[in-house]
Amino acid sequence: MKKRSLIPLLYILFLMLPIYWLVAMSFKTTGEILSGFSLFPRTWTFDNYRTIFTDPTWYWGYFNSIAYVSINTVISLTVALPAAYAFSRYRFLGDKQLFFWLLTNRMAPAAVFALPFFQLYSAVGLFDTYLAVALAHTLFNVPLAVWILEGFMSGVPKELDETAYVDGYSFPRFFVKIFLPTIRSGVGVAAFFCFMFSWVELLLAKTLTAVAAKPIAATMTKTASSAGYELGLLAAAGTLTIIPGAIVIWFVRNNIAKGFALGRV
Amino acid sequence: MTLELQNITKRVGAITHIKETSLRLEPGHFNVLLGETGAGKTSLIKLMAGLDRVSSGKILMNGEDVTRQTPQKRNIALVHQFFMNYPHWTVYDNIASPLRVAGMAKSEIQGRVEEAADILQLRPMLKRYPHELSGGQQQRTALARAIAKESKAVFLDEPLANLDYKLREELREQLPELFAGRGAVVVYATSEPEEALLLGGWTALMHDGRVTQFGPTAEIYRAPQDLLSAQVFSNPPINRAEITKTADRAYLDDTVNWPLSGDAAALPDGTYQVAIRPDYVTPTPPDADAVKLAGTVQVTELSGSKSSIQFLMGPDHWVSLAYGIHPRAAGEEHVFYMDPSKCYYFAPDGQRVA
Repeated sequence: MKKRSLIPLLYILFLMLPIYWLVAMSFKTTGEILSGFSLFPRTWTFDNYRTIFTDPTWYWGYFNSIAYVSINTVISLTVALPAAYAFSRYRFLGDKQLFFWLLTNRMAPAAVFALPFFQLYSAVGLFDTYLAVALAHTLFNVPLAVWILEGFMSGVPKELDETAYVDGYSFPRFFVKIFLPTIRSGVGVAAFFCFMFSWVELLLAKTLTAVAAKPIAATMTKTASSAGYELGLLAAAGTLTIIPGAIVIWFVRNNIAKGFALGRV
Repeated sequence: MTLELQNITKRVGAITHIKETSLRLEPGHFNVLLGETGAGKTSLIKLMAGLDRVSSGKILMNGEDVTRQTPQKRNIALVHQFFMNYPHWTVYDNIASPLRVAGMAKSEIQGRVEEAADILQLRPMLKRYPHELSGGQQQRTALARAIAKESKAVFLDEPLANLDYKLREELREQLPELFAGRGAVVVYATSEPEEALLLGGWTALMHDGRVTQFGPTAEIYRAPQDLLSAQVFSNPPINRAEITKTADRAYLDDTVNWPLSGDAAALPDGTYQVAIRPDYVTPTPPDADAVKLAGTVQVTELSGSKSSIQFLMGPDHWVSLAYGIHPRAAGEEHVFYMDPSKCYYFAPDGQRVA
């Protein structure tokens, strides 16, 4: 092997080790996990996965998570697209201030908002719904999406808008048929970050749900059951949690590079 | 279609972009807007296209008031300095896009797109995307879109500025023909006097947000109506100096003077501005009676077959432009020859008097 490829190889091994360990654990029995060190599962078992796919408390956890994450991504982008367009195309009183203060929303820890959200949502009957978590997450995702999209939109010259208007496009038609396809990388990147934040966020998701909209991450915190620690099951659930993120990353991997080039990721 | 601007102005906050301007552009004419960067060419085009609203005044198309009309409703075409095409569509779709928006039948769209593509030699590129094309091809796509639309007014905002030299020459030759016979008003903005002369047609000279002179290109080149117009329509900059007219002679300083004839001789005695194009100030004596100008050479630029020499005479900078190679060392004293019959004379307020 060439010396040159040694360092990247070591790096990849280093990165993959925790993921490998998680995946390996998910195929072991809890007894084997607790009994000591083993690189490969001595006895392969699919019981952990079988439990997740057959037990409603588990698979509903996935469904709930995907539901509110999707709703959140859609809401965030729907709100952020026009906002980002305004920031990139118009100068208005306090635009730069507003743009900066939008971002400060992201600087507050989610925990700060857990109590007010819980109280508010309980009062208006949103508690334990997909919409509750989705809306709570927009507080963090809309500013981020606006910021990312504004970068991509500002990279598109205003002359494109003018050309389209002169060609006869109305604003909505121009926006959907010409502008959105032009910045589709940006939409992909923004969607990715909204998805990821919402997918991994635990505190708000857990606080604002009880049963009906309980996310997978919350389900996973309840592995210490009457049967003791179910570590294998937990590992299998963890493995499955990585998959949606990996799929999303696969689709936007090239666009993210563009986002980096714009300095907006 | 006629395009008429009636006393239009454009102000943004405290800044005036376009001062009161009136113009009447006739159908089938190729009009050049000539002025340096910042003179307001793009601002004026945006107003005519409806992309900006005028602050006051009226815009008429074929006699109809379109001042408040959006660009979508004006049936116009616009080609920018930057190659503006829709990046996610092929060349075919790009050319077809305004026709599709207008709801034209598919077969008719195809006919028009192919006709425009043939005129601009884009046939082999119809299936490609803009980013796969060279700059020239991208700009030809934008032009094809303007042609296929068959608009009654076409605005070209320095369309050749970002192309390399050869492509520019090629497209510049084609441009007036492209739109000839279509009955459209064409407005072409450029910052190069030479380009205006090559394109012919009509020229509006712009300076500091207003049109200083408008007329057939050759005519306004030959007969500027004021000093500003003469300056705008000259590259290198026109030479100018102050003279005193006494009896029938013009005195530039103690040593340089020349006899006046025609209109200039009939002027009342007094102080005037004289201006002469660099082409009529030569480093070698011409055949006609020439006025000798002694100056200190500052810079000499030799470009193939032409020599441009800048020299200082008294307080004034002069430029001489002549065919042939005439190397002159900087700092050297040298005599230049001016053809007095080519001089323009302006009153102190800038109006041309002779």
